[in-house]
Amino acid sequence: MNASFMENLLSAGVERSLPLFYAATGETLSELSGVLNLGQEGIMLASAMTAVAVSHTTGSAMAGLMAGMAMGGAMALLHALLTVTLRADQVVAGLSLVFVGTGIASVGGAGLVALRQGVPHFEPWAIPLLSDIPFLGNVLFNQVPLVYAAYLMIPTIHWWLGHTRAGLNLRAVGENPAAASAMGLSVTRLRYLYVVVGGVLTGLGGASLSLAITPGWSDGLSNGQGWIAIGLVIVGGWRPWGVALAAFFFGTLQRLTLDLQGSQSEFLDSPLVGLFLRMAPYLGAIVVLVLVTRFKKRLGAPEGLGKPA
Amino acid sequence: MTIGPWQLIPRTEYTVSSRLAVLGLGVAGGAVLSTLLLLLFGLSPVEVFSTIIHSAFLGGFYAISDTLTQAIPLILCGLGCAVAFRSGLWNVGAEGQLFLGAWAATGVATFVVPPGSSPVWTLTLMALAGFAAGALWGAIPGILKARYQTNEILVSLMLVYVASEWINYFIYVRWSQGGFQMTPLFPKNAWLPRLSDWAAEVPSLAGLTLHLGFVLALLAAVLMWFLMWRSARGFEWKVTGISPRVARYAGMSVKRNIVLVMSLSGGLAGLAGMAEVAGTVHRLQDNFSPGYGFTAILVAWLARLHPLGVIVAAILLSGLLVGAKEIQPGGVAVLLQGVILSTVIACDLLTHYRLKRSVAKGPEPIPGGAR
Repeated sequence: MNASFMENLLSAGVERSLPLFYAATGETLSELSGVLNLGQEGIMLASAMTAVAVSHTTGSAMAGLMAGMAMGGAMALLHALLTVTLRADQVVAGLSLVFVGTGIASVGGAGLVALRQGVPHFEPWAIPLLSDIPFLGNVLFNQVPLVYAAYLMIPTIHWWLGHTRAGLNLRAVGENPAAASAMGLSVTRLRYLYVVVGGVLTGLGGASLSLAITPGWSDGLSNGQGWIAIGLVIVGGWRPWGVALAAFFFGTLQRLTLDLQGSQSEFLDSPLVGLFLRMAPYLGAIVVLVLVTRFKKRLGAPEGLGKPA
Repeated sequence: MTIGPWQLIPRTEYTVSSRLAVLGLGVAGGAVLSTLLLLLFGLSPVEVFSTIIHSAFLGGFYAISDTLTQAIPLILCGLGCAVAFRSGLWNVGAEGQLFLGAWAATGVATFVVPPGSSPVWTLTLMALAGFAAGALWGAIPGILKARYQTNEILVSLMLVYVASEWINYFIYVRWSQGGFQMTPLFPKNAWLPRLSDWAAEVPSLAGLTLHLGFVLALLAAVLMWFLMWRSARGFEWKVTGISPRVARYAGMSVKRNIVLVMSLSGGLAGLAGMAEVAGTVHRLQDNFSPGYGFTAILVAWLARLHPLGVIVAAILLSGLLVGAKEIQPGGVAVLLQGVILSTVIACDLLTHYRLKRSVAKGPEPIPGGAR
């Protein structure tokens, strides 16, 4: 394994981790407010499709991105309506969102499959000076702008959660809604807010999939990444840095399995090895989840997660 | 508790008719919302709904036979989901368990049973293998949850993707027939008998594909009803579902029950996979399931997690799957399922609460006074 292979792998890994990062960060905010949103896979698909549709019709990738985020927010709003106002079971409501999102994506995307790559999308943009740093420059600073947005988002959310009153209020609502309510906070309003913001971020993740990583729409584009993202929240311990690192690890793992499948070696070309490479991200997610739940003394899940206000 | 101007008053008694009325309201709401969404996508709701109803239910014996045939895997997977959900376990990986059951049954039919064996022997062995493989696949998230509290929703779901890659490897590579994405056709002794097999004696049965798996599914439903409502074990499971703490306090082995329920739930889905390959496709092939294992989640929920309700819900949703095959684009069935599930759970509020218009806050009402 030479340096340029590592450089390419890590650089592509950073890009690949975008949908996982945004979806997992969105899920983190939602869960910190006490609402489990299992609908990530559906939200991701619907927003990825919407992003392509709007990007194609307007000719602007930026407009597509905005539309994808709006779609994510709208679907999360449905989840908030079901779970916060109507007090539905959070698990079943999330599953219904998976159906709705998959259906919307598949029906709305039927005419988009033929476009393939011919959709306005985001191109890498090298940051001057920083991208000249050997190795790291290429890995970290020669990326699509969505990656730079993620760099800014991690410390911002870290600060928001740990160092602002609003962040503390969010945690209060998630840990103990009754006490938060007694403090004078509106549990309903805060949960709506963070569930929808979480959905917007997941929408951003979906759009990054269809406008940056693999431009264009195909049915089932996200391939379970929404589910992996939910797992990453647990792995990352409901903390922005942890979630970002977990997303980077999995993005690189996904990229690695793709690279190995595409290589020319006789061993790697055998179908049996290919099978295990394709299984690897899902098996890896299971193994990491088990290790985390087995060995971490305290997972850090919000106490009020899954409970209605 | 309040929602806007409405006050939520917990219901003190549940009647079957009120619960059915709420369910009906949910489904009706789903139809209205679906209509709006279809219009938004430029599809004609009238055409969609009439196609579904016609090709699934009103199209004569063939239509009904097709609908009942597709209901078989839905009943079996739906039973698996219902048992797990009632026990507080979210097994959402029935699709993967179905894949593995179909795979094991195919392996038995093709490689284990000597050619010319009796059908009874062959099919029994296939069913056992299918159940066992599904049970094993379901047991994995069960064991991980029991031992390490690993989230069973995520693990069972991840295992769907793993199972799909696993069977595709056999469909495309190992057992592929001449490079096509299917295994060779089973020998006749591995086919579940169908109504059309008796067409020589009863000509009107010609072309009807309903197979013996339907009887098997109905038997399984009765068995599950007995297990859940008439056995001590089923009682333990339901108690665990309502409160694991109470179950533990009462001396029930929560961990063992988790593994048992997940295995049973997976086994039923595995059996569905066996019934599908032995009764309908007679081989393992790419995309043989239009998401039965996922639709089963909706089946179980519409059935209010009741084994006998599962039969009714499965037949109705099977109609949706059969009808939606005629409709382009293909995602309509999933969209309608999602919308119906959302509106049904939205209306669930009314099963537990009555809504009362709250009066403006004034002095406390006098006890015993006029309301």
